[in-house]
Amino acid sequence: MTEATLWSRLLRPVLLTLVALFFLFPIFWVFLMSFQTNEQILRIPPSLFFSPTLDNYWGLVSGKLVTAAGTLELPFMRNLWNSVVLSTGAVLLSLLLGVPAAYAFARFKFRLGEDIAFTLLSFRFAPPLLVLLPLNLYFQTLGLNDTYIGLIWVYQLITLPLILWIVRGYFEDISPDVEHAYRVDGHGWLKTFLKISIPLARPGIAAAALLSFIFAWNNFVFALILGSSSIQPVTVGALAFVTASGIQYGQIAAAVVLSILPTLTLALYAQRYLVEGLSLGAVKG
Amino acid sequence: MSYLSIEQVRKSFGKTTVLEDVSLGVERGEMVAIFGPSGTGKTVLLRLISGVFGPDAGDVLIGGHSVIARGPEERDVGMAFQNFALYPHLPAFENIASPLRARGLAGAEIERRVRATAELLKIDHVLHHLPRELSNGQKQRTALGRALVREPKVLLLDDPLRNVDAKLRYEMRVELPRLLKRFESTVLYVTQDYKEAMALGERVAVLNQGRFQQVDRPAAIYTRPGRVEIARLFGDPTINLYPCRPAAEADGLAIELFGSRLVLPRAAGETAGRPCLIGLRPEDVQIQLEPAPGAIPVELDAVTPLNVRTVLFLRAADRSEILATCSESVGARFGRGHRQVFMRLDLAKALLFDQASGQHLPAAA
Repeated sequence: MTEATLWSRLLRPVLLTLVALFFLFPIFWVFLMSFQTNEQILRIPPSLFFSPTLDNYWGLVSGKLVTAAGTLELPFMRNLWNSVVLSTGAVLLSLLLGVPAAYAFARFKFRLGEDIAFTLLSFRFAPPLLVLLPLNLYFQTLGLNDTYIGLIWVYQLITLPLILWIVRGYFEDISPDVEHAYRVDGHGWLKTFLKISIPLARPGIAAAALLSFIFAWNNFVFALILGSSSIQPVTVGALAFVTASGIQYGQIAAAVVLSILPTLTLALYAQRYLVEGLSLGAVKG
Repeated sequence: MSYLSIEQVRKSFGKTTVLEDVSLGVERGEMVAIFGPSGTGKTVLLRLISGVFGPDAGDVLIGGHSVIARGPEERDVGMAFQNFALYPHLPAFENIASPLRARGLAGAEIERRVRATAELLKIDHVLHHLPRELSNGQKQRTALGRALVREPKVLLLDDPLRNVDAKLRYEMRVELPRLLKRFESTVLYVTQDYKEAMALGERVAVLNQGRFQQVDRPAAIYTRPGRVEIARLFGDPTINLYPCRPAAEADGLAIELFGSRLVLPRAAGETAGRPCLIGLRPEDVQIQLEPAPGAIPVELDAVTPLNVRTVLFLRAADRSEILATCSESVGARFGRGHRQVFMRLDLAKALLFDQASGQHLPAAA
């Protein structure tokens, strides 16, 4: 008894703090770095005290990368916008295709159903580079190279299996009786899907959408090979910070902070759907 | 012509045949209790009628028209699910209003009818609550309200009192018939409790082994069960059953039982010489402390008070066990048991079943 109290009173907060420090400290350090010049960052020993500068952010927003060797054009804001378009587009398309498919896999037993579901999941197993070389050739023939549509299509390899499999589990957890009751009440199947099944699976859909958005946002290799600078996301765009005259740590840090912001905002927004314990009390357990 | 008729319906899931050959006709405004042990397909039958499942063979007619080809939304059937199946993201009001919304009624009309139904079911004070904030009794009433609010021509109630506490169950057993009379619906009431079936059904339909084994008035099912399984299912404590081989005698049908020779006051008919099961209801077994002519000496093993009745466990000379019931005041005379007592049997009420087929063998006319 006393041991348990000691454990929960003292040890647990200490350990939790350690874990939090371990994961959050790098982010905190990057956040500090984004307000420093390259010289301040590279001095030894490093110091928590410095006069903050907004130059890094200003450089990113204006698109001018000032280095020792001169000024470089840097389309960072363009990259950020591309990331938003690609990730949002990929997730929306996956939701549109994946949620009805997940419902079908959860509710109906059909021939080869399990095999199809597994094949979709197996897209996640293949090394992306293996797919990319033939895909590159196809895309050039089809004219999809260097287009938003082409990249969003390829991003489905990341987002669709994720959404399909997570949401399927949530649909399976909804008692079919709740849907049956709505049908018996006199509503058609489509209305039942939209008014009962989707709202009840919403926490799962929100979680899956958020997760696949993060995966899409962090993707690097698809965009590197299939897109040119006009549609490249931040992950590829960040390569530009490695310049002939050195690595621009301050601006990399500022870029990291800026590129975390959209995902962070989305996560905070989606949180209220994630914690919703909606299916409680539907049926007698 | 019955208002609701189920005709030779068959339904299997994979290799398991749940309903083999089910037929039933229910009159307009009639309430039939469907009774059967768990796993006999009572719920499946209701779902076939409501259209949630389709049958493998057979037909379901409502008002003389086949509804097999119609979806559940086109059958105008009200159904209360055993597990309530409320919409967890909608308040009780919207749960009840759902069938009315489906019909596209005006908002004021919906409001009026939901309130009226809720008042009848005494849940009008919790209409703004979500299902998870309701007690089990309130959930059950909300589910019932959703089925009743549309005033359906056919009402299917799937063991609606299963998941509520004992007090509410007794209350609802009294209230429900009164409520249902107002709606003049044709009602199928599924239950696993034979007392509930007998209390609520104008007729009781016994579903067992994939078919209706008997459909009759409640009293008739108790006194003249069609099969030995039905005799076992109806009655608490269960009926005493013993194998015997009756022989024709001048004064009736003689059997060898409990080490004595007993004569049933009935004509021999074709039962003589056949291996039979004799059924004796516990309430037809009288126990007394004093010996009397015709009374069989038995050992009283245990006395168990059960509400207002007392159940007696007896052992005959041939070691067969007998259950008997008596009133509490009579039961008090026997103390805690372990003594010799004497048993008189009301043999006129004894039931005979064919041992091989389980069929009831009525007294020959």
